[in-house]
Amino acid sequence: MKRISSTTRPANGLPLQPPRATALRGVAASAGRVCAAVLAALAAVAVASASATPPGAAPSTVAPGAVSGPASTAAAASQPVQFTLPNGLTVIVKPDRRAPTAVHMLWVRAGSIDEVDGTSGVAHVLEHMMFKGTRTLGVGEYSRRVSALGGRENAFTSRDYTGYFQQIPSAHLEEVMRLEADRFMHNQWADEEFRREIEVVKEERRLRTEDSPRALLYEQLNATTFIASPYRRPIVGWMNDLDAMTPEDVRDFYRRWYVPANAAVVVAGDVDPAEVRRLAEKHYGAIPARALPQRKPREELPQSGMRRIEFKWPAEQAYVALSFRTPRLSSFERTADNDDALALVVLAAVLDGHTGARLNRALEQGSDRVADSASAWAGLWARGPQTFGLAGIPAPGKTPEQLEAALRAEVARIARDGVSEAELNRVKTQWVASEVYKLDSVMNQARELGVFWSMGLPLDAGEQAIARLRAVTAEQVKSVAQRHFGDDQLTVGVLRPQPMEGKRRVRLPNAAAAAAAGSSAGVGATGTSAPARH
Amino acid sequence: MHPITTALLALLWLWVAAPAQASLQLQHWTQPSGARVWLAESPAIPMVDVQIDFDAGSRRDPAAQAGLAAASASMLSRGLRAAGTQAALDENQLAEAWTDLGASLVARSSLDRMSFLLRSLTYRDLLDASVRLAARQLGHPAFPADVWQRERERISAAYKEAGTRPGTIASRRFTRAVFGSHPYGAEATPETLERISVADMQTWHRNHLQACRARVSIVGAVTRAQADELVRTLLAQLPRDDGRGCAPLPAVAEVSPLSAPVEQIVPFESAQAHVLIGQPGFKRNDPDFFALTVGNHILGGGGFVSRLYGEVREKRGLSYSVYSFFAPGLHAGAFTVGLQTRPDQARQAVGVAREVLERFVADGPTEAELQAAKDNLIGGFALRIDSNAKLLDNISAIAWNDLPLDYLQTWTQQVARVSVADIRAAFARKLQPQRSVVVVVGATPS
Repeated sequence: MKRISSTTRPANGLPLQPPRATALRGVAASAGRVCAAVLAALAAVAVASASATPPGAAPSTVAPGAVSGPASTAAAASQPVQFTLPNGLTVIVKPDRRAPTAVHMLWVRAGSIDEVDGTSGVAHVLEHMMFKGTRTLGVGEYSRRVSALGGRENAFTSRDYTGYFQQIPSAHLEEVMRLEADRFMHNQWADEEFRREIEVVKEERRLRTEDSPRALLYEQLNATTFIASPYRRPIVGWMNDLDAMTPEDVRDFYRRWYVPANAAVVVAGDVDPAEVRRLAEKHYGAIPARALPQRKPREELPQSGMRRIEFKWPAEQAYVALSFRTPRLSSFERTADNDDALALVVLAAVLDGHTGARLNRALEQGSDRVADSASAWAGLWARGPQTFGLAGIPAPGKTPEQLEAALRAEVARIARDGVSEAELNRVKTQWVASEVYKLDSVMNQARELGVFWSMGLPLDAGEQAIARLRAVTAEQVKSVAQRHFGDDQLTVGVLRPQPMEGKRRVRLPNAAAAAAAGSSAGVGATGTSAPARH
Repeated sequence: MHPITTALLALLWLWVAAPAQASLQLQHWTQPSGARVWLAESPAIPMVDVQIDFDAGSRRDPAAQAGLAAASASMLSRGLRAAGTQAALDENQLAEAWTDLGASLVARSSLDRMSFLLRSLTYRDLLDASVRLAARQLGHPAFPADVWQRERERISAAYKEAGTRPGTIASRRFTRAVFGSHPYGAEATPETLERISVADMQTWHRNHLQACRARVSIVGAVTRAQADELVRTLLAQLPRDDGRGCAPLPAVAEVSPLSAPVEQIVPFESAQAHVLIGQPGFKRNDPDFFALTVGNHILGGGGFVSRLYGEVREKRGLSYSVYSFFAPGLHAGAFTVGLQTRPDQARQAVGVAREVLERFVADGPTEAELQAAKDNLIGGFALRIDSNAKLLDNISAIAWNDLPLDYLQTWTQQVARVSVADIRAAFARKLQPQRSVVVVVGATPS
């Protein structure tokens, strides 16, 4: 995530988190119900398809009808359209005419997975530098122009991709396409700009990771779960790699990966596909075709034995996170791995898909509860290897070991006894409803299309996934619970709280300690003064 | 296949060709119960969002029981009492009932408001069932004592954990310093939570959640007649009022201005120092609202083109996040400038931020800055209302703040009318940078 919009910041001063799907933390947000986000991501695209409609249903509906106010005669939404320009750039258009606004996004299939040792974080640093000018635009000019159009903009970096977006009144679509094509082709800045911005990126790492014990735990758990896969490195990069990064590292990454055949433009909202095609040819069509460098597979090694890490840090609450290596969905072919990946998503939902689901009920309730929070999530699709996560905060008086055992016992219970039809149907109902709710956000629809393209999945991947998830049986859920949760594919991370000394932390990461040992005095002249007011 | 799932699937295709845009034509009426309703019909998607607001936010918490409103809100989803022919539901049965409907009812409390957000599909059977369940939940919460005991422990443990983070420490200090003894500055702590019982929640529920006090905002695929019926059902089981249309609730004191600057430099070993600068701001009904909103957009609200962004981040690389905002409410919410930086840079960053603030208050924006802000705010107005969720936010603000029904239609004109002189005068009236609260947690000690 590049930059934080400061308009809707919560009053505690912390920045708005980026959308979960693109959160910097790579694995899973610390204690959130990540599983819900995974499921929601599935529910995206076109519910519009009549193919999901059993014939002959004559529902009693209060909906559509009774229009008041200005109503377009066009359909509210229609299926996405995809085409490729001669230089290899993909264009995806999703009309949704409810309001006179549009989202324009540029996706590059380059994220932290494409980095190598020593320059971790470079994909994200480049994302920041993309705002620093082109051959014809100076520093900050890009943002000023988008702002003058009434637009909002930002960007995000994940393991698998980097994305740039603008939300604009649809009348200004051509201007943002012109600006984005210019930036994609001609990103250019002085070394001095890099030296300032790399400090901003380090502040971002400090904000998101270095003062958060759980984020630090996940970073190390991740680095232990993966050995050969580039997924072992944090998206934001190790602090030492940021310290050592050079302007040329960033320019090299830009030249290597920002080629038309490695990019997609997604436009959603009040737009006409034919007009978008004309504008894309005019502005993006001018980018010269270049060969895409060879991608090394760097596949993860098979795991054959449990791994366990301890992480000690000043904190009040312990935390435990379990990461099981599991198959990913690479296509919608009916292979054993694809089927298992889908059944694992259902398993995660049965465990933690809603309040009152199994983990909540068994671990967080009752007078002898073991957890203050417990969660489960399943990775489904990605460019790299996937995991199934279980995590939680032990209740007062309970140990991380007790919680670890309780989390695994819930999976074991399903492996032994299976799940009920009622549970299965409950999570399926939730998905079907969320397909409708999703349609309220054009931004989310555009984002999901970009994700599907990044993964090499078809545009109707959301629809296909829902259809396949609905067909998952209780027997399949039981079967994946039996086969994927042994010791040998498991990595466990435990946060062991260390005492705070008064109000002071007792330990610091090296980089921060070095900084803290640096020059300069404290702030202000008066020191701590009594709150004088009223 | 579950019957409701089957029904949903059968219905999904129906909305496809529905016509589009939500109506800005806001409809408003008062029901015989006294409940006030605001509706924007938005027929394109077969869903509806309903927000019910009550004057029952944390500003009404007794000082010794800070957290009562928030606790009551969270406990409202923890089970239902038996009522009439309907059996009691425990917290899990209630959660399952919502999940089976593909719908949700979320309760949340802020400083001013207690809000309930119902989201449902609008297929008649599902919507009827969702509204009936919401009505029961609003009217007959069980407030089970054992569940509150558990929740209190969880909240208290999380409170202590949060207190190990520099950002939380800074924010708690700042809030207390800005508001003093005013309830806007009160904080729920393990001690205040210990003094809250389920009997307090029942009393709170009885005294505040009454139909005559409800302001209901609706955006979705319902007609006025359907909305009227929906609200009647929704509020029918709330506690009875006094029969005289709800006596006014006790007045809450106003926030006092700061009498002197406050500077709190809190030693803390962390990777970053967290900086908060500010003071009491203004009330939402202030006639300077638009001048202050546009002005803050230029100062630190406008994202990547604001003055604070340019000076603190773009020119100096001192912080990833730097911003300013007002939080106008029924009382003068805080004006806040915030940033985080490496501990050894804190002094410099505070200096830069304060200078930007002081110069802005003294001189106001340039004509060019004002024009750029207007281009963004006016040009981008459509982005504020281009989904049901965003529209609902705006409509509930209209409902809550007694804004005119044409507020959204005249919004861009109000922005266009603001002058440099207006902004300078409004900032001079509201902000006294020399008398700010400055909280810095984690700076390198001098």
